Amino acid sequence: MLGVFDYVFEPLEKRFGFQRMAYIFLLPNMLIFGIFILLPMLLNFYYGFTAGDSILLGNRRFIGTDNIAKLLDCVSIFDPSTCNQDRFWRGVGNTGLFVVTEVALIVVFGLITALALNRKLFGRGFFRSMFFYPVLLSPVVVALIWKWLLQQDGLLNAVIVSAGGTRVPFLLDGGWAQFWVIVSGAWAQMGFFTLILLAGLQSIPPDLYEAGQIDGTNPLTSFRFITLPLLMPTMFVVLVLSIIRAVQIFDHVYVLTNGGPGSATLYIVQYIYTTAFQNRNYGLAAAASLLLALVLMILTVFQLRLGRRVDAA
Amino acid sequence: MAQPVSSETYSRPYAEQPRGVLAFLTRLQGGTRFTTTDVFTYLYLIVGTFVMFAPVLWLVLSSFKSERGLVEFPPTLLPYWQQTVEVEGYDQPLELYDVTLEDGTVKRLAQVARVGIMARLIDPANPEAEPVQVNINQRQAVRYVNFSLQNYQEAIQKFPFLTYLGNSVVVTVAATVVTLLINSMAAFGLSKYQFRGRDTIFLIILSTLMVPVSVILIPAFLVINEVGWVNNLMGVIIPGAATPTGVFLLRQYMLTIPDELLESARIDGATEWRIYWQIVLPLAAPALAVLAIFSVMWRWNDFLWPLIVLSRTELFTLQVGLNAFQGDLNVQWHYILPMTVLTLLPITVVFAFLQRYITTGIATTGLK
Repeated sequence: MLGVFDYVFEPLEKRFGFQRMAYIFLLPNMLIFGIFILLPMLLNFYYGFTAGDSILLGNRRFIGTDNIAKLLDCVSIFDPSTCNQDRFWRGVGNTGLFVVTEVALIVVFGLITALALNRKLFGRGFFRSMFFYPVLLSPVVVALIWKWLLQQDGLLNAVIVSAGGTRVPFLLDGGWAQFWVIVSGAWAQMGFFTLILLAGLQSIPPDLYEAGQIDGTNPLTSFRFITLPLLMPTMFVVLVLSIIRAVQIFDHVYVLTNGGPGSATLYIVQYIYTTAFQNRNYGLAAAASLLLALVLMILTVFQLRLGRRVDAA
Repeated sequence: MAQPVSSETYSRPYAEQPRGVLAFLTRLQGGTRFTTTDVFTYLYLIVGTFVMFAPVLWLVLSSFKSERGLVEFPPTLLPYWQQTVEVEGYDQPLELYDVTLEDGTVKRLAQVARVGIMARLIDPANPEAEPVQVNINQRQAVRYVNFSLQNYQEAIQKFPFLTYLGNSVVVTVAATVVTLLINSMAAFGLSKYQFRGRDTIFLIILSTLMVPVSVILIPAFLVINEVGWVNNLMGVIIPGAATPTGVFLLRQYMLTIPDELLESARIDGATEWRIYWQIVLPLAAPALAVLAIFSVMWRWNDFLWPLIVLSRTELFTLQVGLNAFQGDLNVQWHYILPMTVLTLLPITVVFAFLQRYITTGIATTGLK
């Protein structure tokens, strides 16, 4: 292995000198990065401003901001049915609701779990693994696990019937489908953020609590005045990361409900996916993804700003 | 002469510590008593563990059930299979039932046929005797718990599981090797050399850290199309290999390796490649291990990108194949459940062995 690479690299070093070898080391990564990440990012702008059903750039018509205007063409953005692209706005609305509720679930339960796991208890490692395990499962597997649980003759309906209720068509009712997409999403993600919060909790120096005890804190006040303020930087990271990830919700919903019933669980990435790869309207889809990228960029800048302020503090 | 020290003297300081298994389980840091907070904490953790793990356990238990057991409502907890018996004169094994006869006695009989709500059964010990006709409500199936692998065997035959598994393994292994190699080379270049444009390159990489595939789906597909990698595993392996996260993680780690080490190697006449391969890489092993674990996880579970690049079934990865299979109108749960279990098995095994690295890796780098 070493010999083969040496055979390639040694003459290069002789030719360019050892300082310039940095470029050689960067080359493979930057080549792939440039072709498959950077170039598509730039091309996306072009797609967003062109029309036509061909994916080839030469066959596309430049139409300026028409695609974006079409997406934003609404009588009232609070009522998707008044929009030219009503499915886009339904997707935006659903995504908004999803982000707010899922992130709230993740932060609240993630924090409670992290606090519980931060206590010196027997079996802490076991509990930590159990809470983390769903994070490893692929979105497809997560969706199938929940589909099996929620189907008409599934375990959950069996529990409801045995408690005297009647079966609920969980995935065929819009409201319930939304509810379970959120719950299963939080179920699959929470362990990851719990770990980050736990690391944050463990970085709080224990002598602070001892000092607090001398000053007469009780568990509630020490949480309020020691834990919470010192955990804030971690909380911001968790908040922004979970929002960025929630905005991009796609895979597990695609398998669990495929956006249905109707457009009850249609989210923004699925709108982009179906518009591009099923309706072949690449321009409109690219325009929508530009808007999504804009939102993600704002969130990222927000996170970096906060991170810097936290670092400075 | 020294007084014999009574054993009590020794044991007294420990006397207040409870002993035994229960005491071991309930012992607490700093104290010996269980507080209310401890009780609530345990309660929360136990309920939480149930919520997190029960859905997976239910999937695994269900995957062993017979086709008939799967549609039963309410479902049984354990996989029950119908007991059958071979009876002379019948080609197929017959199903056994406990039948309540007219005189109130219960007899174990084998069912020969069922028409509407009536069933005809014979005594397996005496197949020549006159068959008994009963209402199907008069009979109770004889069942036994059986963690049968029949579903697994049939599913593997019906479903090109091994092909998908092979594709997933190829993609995961190849992508991880390529990722580790090129990311570590780039990180080495960025952390150990001074050159013009270094900070610009690093900033560009950093700024794409948060750009998800979903945002660049269309142009990325065009590029793949131009390169000719649609319906080619290369199209799944290569584009994701230049991960900004990997470069970032490794660069930060390599910055902590002292430059003096490299200098003295240069004085000894080592080539740059040798320095990278024999000094920096071994020292960066912990960071490489974290990245390797992440890469395996990302690639094994990846769905959206392979879904777009691959449309020929023989190239599907497990995730894409599983999705295609579950999308059939007539959902065949007795095949899908075992396939799902087989798909989550490898990552579960990896986690079981490497969970310490995975959890500390995530906690310290904050990435998934």
